[in-house]
Amino acid sequence: MADAAIENVQTQAVPRRVGRRSLSRHKSVVGFLFALPLIVVIAGLVIYPAGYAIHLATLNKSMQHFVGLSNFTFLFKRNTFWMVVEQSVLFAVTAVIFKAVVGFVVAHFVHNIPQKGQRKWRGMLLVPWVIPPAMSTLAWLWLFDPSYSAFNWILVHLGMSPVAWLGNVYWARFCVILVNVWVGSPFFLIMYLAALKSVPEALHEAAAIDGANWLQKIWYINLPMMRNIIQITALFSLIVTFANFDIVRILTNGGPVDQTHVFATWAFTLAIAGNDIPLGASVSLFMAPILAVAAFFILRNVRKRGNEA
Amino acid sequence: MSSATTTAGHAGGTQPAARYGSISRGRKTALYWSYFFLVLFVVIFLTPPLYMLLTSLKSSAEIGAATNPWWVYHPTLENYAALLGSSQFLIFFKNSVVVSICVVSLTMVIAILAAFSLARMGFWGSATLATGVFLTYLIPDTLLFIPLFKIFAWFHETTGIELINHWWVLIVLYPTLTVPFCTWIMIGYFASIPKELDEAALIDGASYFQVLTRIFIPVALPGIIAATIFAFTVSWANFLYPLAFTTSADQLVLPVGIVTTLIKGDVFNWGQIMTGALLGAAPPLIIYAFLMDYYISGLTAGATKG
Repeated sequence: MADAAIENVQTQAVPRRVGRRSLSRHKSVVGFLFALPLIVVIAGLVIYPAGYAIHLATLNKSMQHFVGLSNFTFLFKRNTFWMVVEQSVLFAVTAVIFKAVVGFVVAHFVHNIPQKGQRKWRGMLLVPWVIPPAMSTLAWLWLFDPSYSAFNWILVHLGMSPVAWLGNVYWARFCVILVNVWVGSPFFLIMYLAALKSVPEALHEAAAIDGANWLQKIWYINLPMMRNIIQITALFSLIVTFANFDIVRILTNGGPVDQTHVFATWAFTLAIAGNDIPLGASVSLFMAPILAVAAFFILRNVRKRGNEA
Repeated sequence: MSSATTTAGHAGGTQPAARYGSISRGRKTALYWSYFFLVLFVVIFLTPPLYMLLTSLKSSAEIGAATNPWWVYHPTLENYAALLGSSQFLIFFKNSVVVSICVVSLTMVIAILAAFSLARMGFWGSATLATGVFLTYLIPDTLLFIPLFKIFAWFHETTGIELINHWWVLIVLYPTLTVPFCTWIMIGYFASIPKELDEAALIDGASYFQVLTRIFIPVALPGIIAATIFAFTVSWANFLYPLAFTTSADQLVLPVGIVTTLIKGDVFNWGQIMTGALLGAAPPLIIYAFLMDYYISGLTAGATKG
């Protein structure tokens, strides 16, 4: 981008009377003014609040005294906190892995069928991603209903015993992850399908002549060719999944007995319902490390790509 | 679905399979398996929305009856009539529409101006800002709502303007989610426009604003549509901000309104909840049905260029 700016300045150094320097200064002033609304939004509504969250986390419940790290030491002593850490990690990692696997597999199925029909199938498969998650989670909540569960109706008619979907801790964890995978895998599908299209067909033909089977083609050609997209998509999704709120809030609201709370829903419960804003802020800050790690890798990727281009 | 399978059958029927031997036969089985699993996944993916539709067509009596839940025996539109006739639901809908339109317009103005500046004009620190835009996109709303809540309370104390529990506070809040990503997409689209185009215009005496409105916006229109769709989808679907910042029934937007007002304690009026959820999902679904390609290009552009 910097190169581009220099190049631009050089190419327009001709106009009448106005000197080269004043012209380029005029240009950067206008450029700054154009970007000003963005700077205001980012600084005022994202950067400042994010920094303020750190300050809030060091205050006592009534927000009048500075208490240092005692909110954190208080959290470390609570079992619920460690449960939430465990559940957040389990939830995010499992969900992302399953989203990636489902997306990868379904992308191959879509890629396999004739070009003409692909649009239609892709269109149907992307619907879970388009519906607002809060709305579709309501449908899942109703499908999991303790007394009228439509899934249990099927199970009973198949001769199996009904399942307490959201009443049992393990099933509740399973359901929360299932709904997240359902919402998120279309995104992976789209990304992986786009990546698959960019794998040169010649490679597959060469492999076929060498006698490779479909599994070898996927393992030795598609996977390495798609590595970049697979990484970046998983990283993106990890951030979003780690910060997920809607699904857990509507489906279980943390229950049974706080066993399905993730950082976001627990922070909400503490801060808004429990009226302890500093403690809620402390909990929500635990989402930051994963962000930092992701930011590091994504930035490295952006730089690398910039050098290649 | 049916036409897809017939094309497969057609291809299989006309092809002289024996001549090509095992490769062709292998491809045909692969194709059939692909269709089989695609049907399976489509069924799984579409079950919740279809079940929404089924339930929305049932009366409360039928929902409570021990009949097959996967079938509607006595279809009725009473749930739709009840919701569309209730002034409360219409207020939610109106709030959602107004908030979304305002947020989308605001976002696009900010994003297009900033993206033009960052992609073409450049100033001290503009490269850092472009990277920063992307990083702020990674900061989730679940981290921001608590400090914002406190900042708004402080704002009320100092200026006397109450922001919390007014639907229009969402117009201030949603840009935190939409602006960074839309700017990022627009930088990508603007950067792909050949430089000769704007250089020629500048030499002919056009101002930067004219270059933007006469050249960049028309050329990058597909990108603008994709970003607009993204901004709309996000502002229509967000659940956390309205849940945290609005409480009175007349200030709610659709997703939160449906969840908080239709669920009263332990009494779930599932017919109406499913109808509300379906109506809430309808606007993005309709846009998606017509503009699917823009939708997808925005999605992939945002992530692959990141």
